[in-house]
Amino acid sequence: MDFQAIINGILLFVLLLNLFILGTSRLGTCIKMVSLQGALLALLPVLMHGTPYHALILSASALLLKGALIPWLLFRAIREVRIRREITPRIGFIATLLLGALTTAAAFIFSGQLPLLPEHQHSLIIPGSLATLCAGALLLITRSTAITQVLGYLMFENGIFIFGMLFIKAMPLMIEAGVLLDMLVAIFVMGIVMNHINREFSSINTEQLSQLKE
Amino acid sequence: MLTRLLLHLLLLLVVAPLLPGIITRTKAVISGRQGAPLLQLYRDIWKLLRKGMVLSTTTTWVFRAGPVVGLAVPILAALLLPFGAIGAPLSFSGDLILFVYLFGLARFFTVLAAMDTGSSFEGMGAAREVTFSCLAEPTIFIAFIVLARISGSLSLDGMYGALLVSGHTLHGATGITLPLTAISLFIVLLAENSRIPFDDPNTHLELTMIHEVMVLDHSGPDFAFILYGSAMKLFVMGALVVNLLLPLASQNQPADVGLFIVAMVILAIAVGLVESAMARLRLIRIPQLLVGTSLLSLFALILLLR
Repeated sequence: MDFQAIINGILLFVLLLNLFILGTSRLGTCIKMVSLQGALLALLPVLMHGTPYHALILSASALLLKGALIPWLLFRAIREVRIRREITPRIGFIATLLLGALTTAAAFIFSGQLPLLPEHQHSLIIPGSLATLCAGALLLITRSTAITQVLGYLMFENGIFIFGMLFIKAMPLMIEAGVLLDMLVAIFVMGIVMNHINREFSSINTEQLSQLKE
Repeated sequence: MLTRLLLHLLLLLVVAPLLPGIITRTKAVISGRQGAPLLQLYRDIWKLLRKGMVLSTTTTWVFRAGPVVGLAVPILAALLLPFGAIGAPLSFSGDLILFVYLFGLARFFTVLAAMDTGSSFEGMGAAREVTFSCLAEPTIFIAFIVLARISGSLSLDGMYGALLVSGHTLHGATGITLPLTAISLFIVLLAENSRIPFDDPNTHLELTMIHEVMVLDHSGPDFAFILYGSAMKLFVMGALVVNLLLPLASQNQPADVGLFIVAMVILAIAVGLVESAMARLRLIRIPQLLVGTSLLSLFALILLLR
């Protein structure tokens, strides 16, 4: 636990990124920020557990996937469907931001109540993970374009990734690798789905999917 | 005591008009122009003070009161605030509330003076000013709560004094809250002094202005008061940020004064850099940024309280 200060710094930055992503309407910026978040978090296993091959593989694959491959896929997707902004969120940006701050505060309060190991008592891992989970869920719920929902899903996964840091010694590499692979496949599928929605309705607003027609 | 008071006032009254000059010069240099002289604002104020004044027949004494209050308030507020390592001449527990609401008073009178002219443009500017400042106010208060919590003191002098003593021994959650608070206060400084990205001080299009539009009808000495007052407001708000980032005290008073002035100049250059790098935000985006700033300082508070 030599790198406690750096880890807390990274988690702090991740928390600020959460709020930033909730408040911005540009999709390109959103994608960049989510992938920056993922790339930063990919450093955590090495910082927390030194450099056994287990942590190294996890870090490298997470960095490659979340920092490079997925943003590339997403940028390609928004280029193909030609959208730049989230136009009609279900809840306004300021309201989402406020909700995000509320859930962050709640995450801190809640994690203060949990019976944690003494060495995790003061780290930002649990509150950071819960707050990122909540922010991802908020993004999923409040936005109406398919691409921001994918981003919400990615943030959700980032939250789980932070939480997983606590169990890395107990959890086999295969599980984490499986999660990353699942995510990649899911992004692939979402990209294809997005293209199809776009071709059908000439917009990727998922609200139109609730109307049935012949 | 008296020498401290005089030093404080001298620093404020003499150095304050330099800051807008530095900001303008920074912007000029960045965009490859030569720019106005650094001391332009002193000359402007001197010129305006010797001029006559035109008063609209619809205005009352309220219109004259606006600039006077705008000039008096920054001077009063400066007495509550330490300048770097130079302690505040006036300090009592809870003076941070007086500090914030003194500026509230100045704003109230500026707005009233703007409405007194009966011009619809000035009314519009007044409405914007009030809206945005009520969004900026929570940030200042939360930042002050953070500082009060760190230092255990409820006066501005005590809050910043405690930082001065502990200096770089701050660590962990406390150490990290200070940069967050400083960023929030810097954004509030930009908003409150109507700088880019909130308001463009150079624009002369009534529809987009916030602060400038409210003072369009003032002329002569009244306008000089307004210019001087807003320069001093920039100085005082700047001291809020500088004190936070520069908790250094040499035991030597002239050195402290020099250090503080240098820090203020750097702050002015930073404001100039921000103004050169950014465009004005659309008006509907401004509340979003201000709410975000409040949340940033709130976040610092959460980190501190856990």
